[in-house]
Amino acid sequence: MNPTRKRRLWLALFLLLAAAVAGTLITLALQENLNYLHTPSEAVRGEVPQDAAFRLGGVVREGSVVRTAGTLEVRFAVTDRVADFPVFYSGILPDLFREGQSVLARGRLSDGVFVAEEVLAKHDETYMPKEVADAIAASQAKHQNDTAADGAASEPAATAPADRLPDTNAGGGQ
Amino acid sequence: MIAELGQIALILALILALVQAALPMWGAARNDAALMAVARPAAYGQLLFLAVAFALLTSLFVIQDFSVLYVARNSNSLLPMAYRFSAVWGGHEGSLLLWVLILGIWTAAVARLSHALPQPVVARVLAVLGLISVGFLLFTALTSNPFDRVLPAWPDGNDLNPLLQDPGLIVHPPMLYTGYVGFAVAFAFAIAALIDGRLDERWVRWARPWTNVAWGFLTVGIALGSWWAYYELGWGGWWFWDAVENASFMPWLVGTALIHSQAVTEKRGGFVGWTLLLAIAAFSLSLLGTFLVRSGVLTSVHAFASDPGRGVFILTFLLIVVGGSLLLYAIRAPRIAREKTSAPVSRETLLLINNLMFTAAAAMVLIGTLAPLMFEALNLGKISVGPPYFGFQFLLLMVPVAVLMPFGPFARWGSENLGRFVPVLRIGLSAVVLALLLAALLGERFTLKSYLGVAGAAWVFAGITAFVWMRFRSAAKGRRFTAEMLGMSLAHFGLGVFVAGVLLVESLGIEKDVAMVPGQQVEAIGYRFDFVGVTTVRGPNYTAARGEVRVYDGERLIATLHPEKRNYLAGGQVMTETAIAPGLVRDIYVALGESLGAEGSWAVRLYIKPFIRWIWLGALLMMAGGFVTASDRRFRRQTPEPAMQEA
Repeated sequence: MNPTRKRRLWLALFLLLAAAVAGTLITLALQENLNYLHTPSEAVRGEVPQDAAFRLGGVVREGSVVRTAGTLEVRFAVTDRVADFPVFYSGILPDLFREGQSVLARGRLSDGVFVAEEVLAKHDETYMPKEVADAIAASQAKHQNDTAADGAASEPAATAPADRLPDTNAGGGQ
Repeated sequence: MIAELGQIALILALILALVQAALPMWGAARNDAALMAVARPAAYGQLLFLAVAFALLTSLFVIQDFSVLYVARNSNSLLPMAYRFSAVWGGHEGSLLLWVLILGIWTAAVARLSHALPQPVVARVLAVLGLISVGFLLFTALTSNPFDRVLPAWPDGNDLNPLLQDPGLIVHPPMLYTGYVGFAVAFAFAIAALIDGRLDERWVRWARPWTNVAWGFLTVGIALGSWWAYYELGWGGWWFWDAVENASFMPWLVGTALIHSQAVTEKRGGFVGWTLLLAIAAFSLSLLGTFLVRSGVLTSVHAFASDPGRGVFILTFLLIVVGGSLLLYAIRAPRIAREKTSAPVSRETLLLINNLMFTAAAAMVLIGTLAPLMFEALNLGKISVGPPYFGFQFLLLMVPVAVLMPFGPFARWGSENLGRFVPVLRIGLSAVVLALLLAALLGERFTLKSYLGVAGAAWVFAGITAFVWMRFRSAAKGRRFTAEMLGMSLAHFGLGVFVAGVLLVESLGIEKDVAMVPGQQVEAIGYRFDFVGVTTVRGPNYTAARGEVRVYDGERLIATLHPEKRNYLAGGQVMTETAIAPGLVRDIYVALGESLGAEGSWAVRLYIKPFIRWIWLGALLMMAGGFVTASDRRFRRQTPEPAMQEA
């Protein structure tokens, strides 16, 4: 083999090796750090990771925020206007956290409650994060299909447009 | 009336940009001097009209004309005067105008300072810059016109997002854009060279300072954003691997590779194809960043309200620019790239490793940033990529960079003897051992990560000191210590400072979220926080709950901090204003959470952030390094070809 070829061969082998290492590392790192977004409906149906961390997105149910006075512990429900799911958080809530506003919480399940490690409300009053809006719309569409298939009358809440989300449920201030 | 004049100025700028893009390019192809000579006046004229449009939009904010939709959305009658100026780029439309204005400034600067270059080169470079300007001006005019009227006029404006009512945010976007857009110059040079079919070393020498200056601005822009996030968002973090941060970081990473590879091309005529490709990549990533931020495909603190039409436009523009330039590269690069070979141990090899690591880091960030979009497009569910993905891999890729960096300046071009590295190795290792011993003696609560930071910084500092000392010693023998070397040393030194800052704050930072009642005290590593209470105060356009926290070191009062929770009157937004006692070795950081109801108790964040200032100090040193390098007289030595010099 002449020297040029030999060098090229080495270079090719080196590049191949580097690409393999990089590919493996990236795949591993991605697998460990992917957080899926789920809706309260999915959480209620149990279609969420039972042991792993995930993100729960939806709207903070009106009247659901309860604080243990004088502590950082707070409980609230996240809703997609089809189902509610309870959330527990010990820490400081973001400035934009408010009842009736959308949130993204990252955490995991513990005894049927979503224990959040982080709560995000990164948007202003008028907009909801696109992924939350999509998830809510999808959840409502699925609910409508299911109820239609059952032949049952659909609930009024299921028809609420996802982008405005007025609280049409009776007894909103539970 | 003002808005209509602004509209006209914008359209005139667009027409001049079209002229600047078309005629000189055609002239260069036909070797017609008259057509090529159009480039400069067109560039100056375009800048003039852009400046007029920008000044008119600013005046609309100052006089608060709420019949202009953009002004009504981003201002309010209560907005203080200083923020009326920065509100101009507080939203989507205005920041685009700023983007084009800065491109106009860069273009005019190229036109002004390029008299030493052959006329066809200048014509092609300015034409490419004109073409980019056409794209952005069309985008502004068609989808995002800041001068659009709204009838009837709004009685009052919506207000500028309170997050943006802050001094740091006045300067962050202009700096960042100056960096982003500055890479357009290197890009235009690459395209001009590819069209021409040859790359002259003098052009590379001429283009280098531009890349360095752009890179310096981008560095400080990113640092300002990080600093702002730290004190304004109120969570005490300085980098979140947020999609929009990543969007500005990718061009920086590739730009860093580019300034190193340009050095090889200029001095040795090597890495030619690679330099061209990096120049294309750096600017393409700037455009991608603009697309990610402006199209609203990503959820982020920066995402403005957006409509799909804008996304489609930018995506099309992106495809044309990136696709077109890569196609041109594929056709022409083999002819230009005549690679010079170098020995396995040489400065070229070290710079090659630098380039590999930085481009790999950019690719890693790109994959992590786009993964959520890919997953959604492929219907695999909605995901987000957690910060550990980025943090761990970035550390992994930067370790070889820091380890090999001190050898770079010592290594000779072409071929080097490994034995010459031994003294550097000896000095570096002694410094590391010494620093680790000192850290073990003086440091408290040090973890592996903290020691890694100390060792990394000591290694880098020792290498640079050895280099500077060596150069000064040989200066006596008539070898100068050039601005270029000084700039490099400053930037490398900045990297050492940055590394120490990051690893120390990540490993030693203390974060306590506590519920406090007035009079209560909390201890954290020797500091005592005394929560006095909360009072209500009024600002120009907000009311605020203002807390008072006294911080004691032992018995000595070292700071009285006043964190605020502001309620902006116009939009009703709530904002946290942190209070920080800054210091070179530690920041004390206090932020109010929320009122907890019982007995005036509040949620309070008490953070101690050791060495966090070093992160931004390091970035400032890097920026200074970029500017000092660009000031090297060698780059401005006039070596015009007599035959080609223009009248």
